[in-house]
Amino acid sequence: MNFFNPVLILSFAFLTVFGEATLSGPRNLLGAQIDLLPALMVYAALKADIVTVSLLAVLGGLWFDSFSANPPGISIVPLFAAGFPIHLRRELILRDLPFAQFVLGAAASALVPALTLLLLLNGGQQPLIGWGSLWQWIVLTAVGAAATPVIFALFEWGGRTLGYRPHTEMGFRPDREIRHRKILK
Amino acid sequence: MFKQKNYLALGAVVLVAVLLLSLPTRASVRLKLAVGSWFLPLFGLAGTAQQLPADLADSVLPRRELLHEIDDLRRENQQLKEQQIQTAAVARENDQLRGLLGWQRQAPWKLKLANVVMRDPANWWHTIQIDLGSRDGIQTNQPVLTADGLVGRVSAVGFVSSQVALVGDPNCHVSALVENATHDLGVLTSGGPIDSSLVPLSYLASSANLKPGQNVLTSGLGGIFPKGIPIGKIVDAQSIEYGLATEANVKLNANLGALEQVWVLFK
Repeated sequence: MNFFNPVLILSFAFLTVFGEATLSGPRNLLGAQIDLLPALMVYAALKADIVTVSLLAVLGGLWFDSFSANPPGISIVPLFAAGFPIHLRRELILRDLPFAQFVLGAAASALVPALTLLLLLNGGQQPLIGWGSLWQWIVLTAVGAAATPVIFALFEWGGRTLGYRPHTEMGFRPDREIRHRKILK
Repeated sequence: MFKQKNYLALGAVVLVAVLLLSLPTRASVRLKLAVGSWFLPLFGLAGTAQQLPADLADSVLPRRELLHEIDDLRRENQQLKEQQIQTAAVARENDQLRGLLGWQRQAPWKLKLANVVMRDPANWWHTIQIDLGSRDGIQTNQPVLTADGLVGRVSAVGFVSSQVALVGDPNCHVSALVENATHDLGVLTSGGPIDSSLVPLSYLASSANLKPGQNVLTSGLGGIFPKGIPIGKIVDAQSIEYGLATEANVKLNANLGALEQVWVLFK
């Protein structure tokens, strides 16, 4: 892990939220606006530290809510709830397997909107819910699942291209060199 | 496994969320608009990127086509001028008749054009953001419309941008009147999460005489929307609540899914 990864993750979240607010194509085509923040959270939870996961939840949630009629801060907890358990168990997850990424992306993309709606309803809000919401939930889950391995591949490439490589020590150490002293006769 | 650092992060995130959610309404609106302003440079870039192909297309358009277009526009302008003269005459006559009857004179609508800069990324709200704010004199609850019909009302105002709750959003209920013999009154309530063009018209009397194709206009009741703004057309109607009331579906005139420019109405 180097410095570029957290910056890349937060920049990607920033652009993702901007894209979701300005591009109406997916909404017109699929009947639902897709959300890539849960998929990104899966990547952050598996590959970044807890500070990056927390920052992504707070900033990503706040950015999302700033464009929406949601009360500000309502998306923070669902995003963190998706990423935190994954981060805790990251050593037990086969994170480099695309299938594992797909399943985790699906779970996170299903959990985040459901939890956000639950919080909204608990807070006395009246969001638009109907049978159509089920279709939107399925679309969000499917697109989130498909996007997660793509995000992993994209970040691996970005990390290789933009990040510095960690310094690796060579087997040869000058201080351990066996010097051949001249035997003075 | 559950290290102290993780505990601290969990506590910090929950604390931030609780603090944000417990902000007073005014402060939370300001915070949202302040955070949204971080994206202003991106909007500038996106606007330039969208404008570039149009500029390029304009620069390579043949002269003959441009002259043809100018001719068309001149003809249209002439027709509009004639219509304006007729409308002004009708308005004068209307004012005179109102004066004779002792009715209050109708104030003409003042409209301000706004660009739609984005849509709500959440699937459970139908809102848009426009590029007019308090510096342009925008206030909450101002009606927003297009040439086709009503779009919604301003629900939150920032310095440079405002949020508009569209017709069919839970935060935009409109008192409406059906253009039929009985002038049935109802309220446009929340629509479905997917199809934003179809909105239910509720609280209609059980005796309402509705037929598909009848026009629906704002009734002027409620104090937000002036009377007579076209909203849409009746699609179907059914009796609900064991025959005690009627509910109809209204197909909106304005295409809410493809809004690019809207008019904000100043009273």
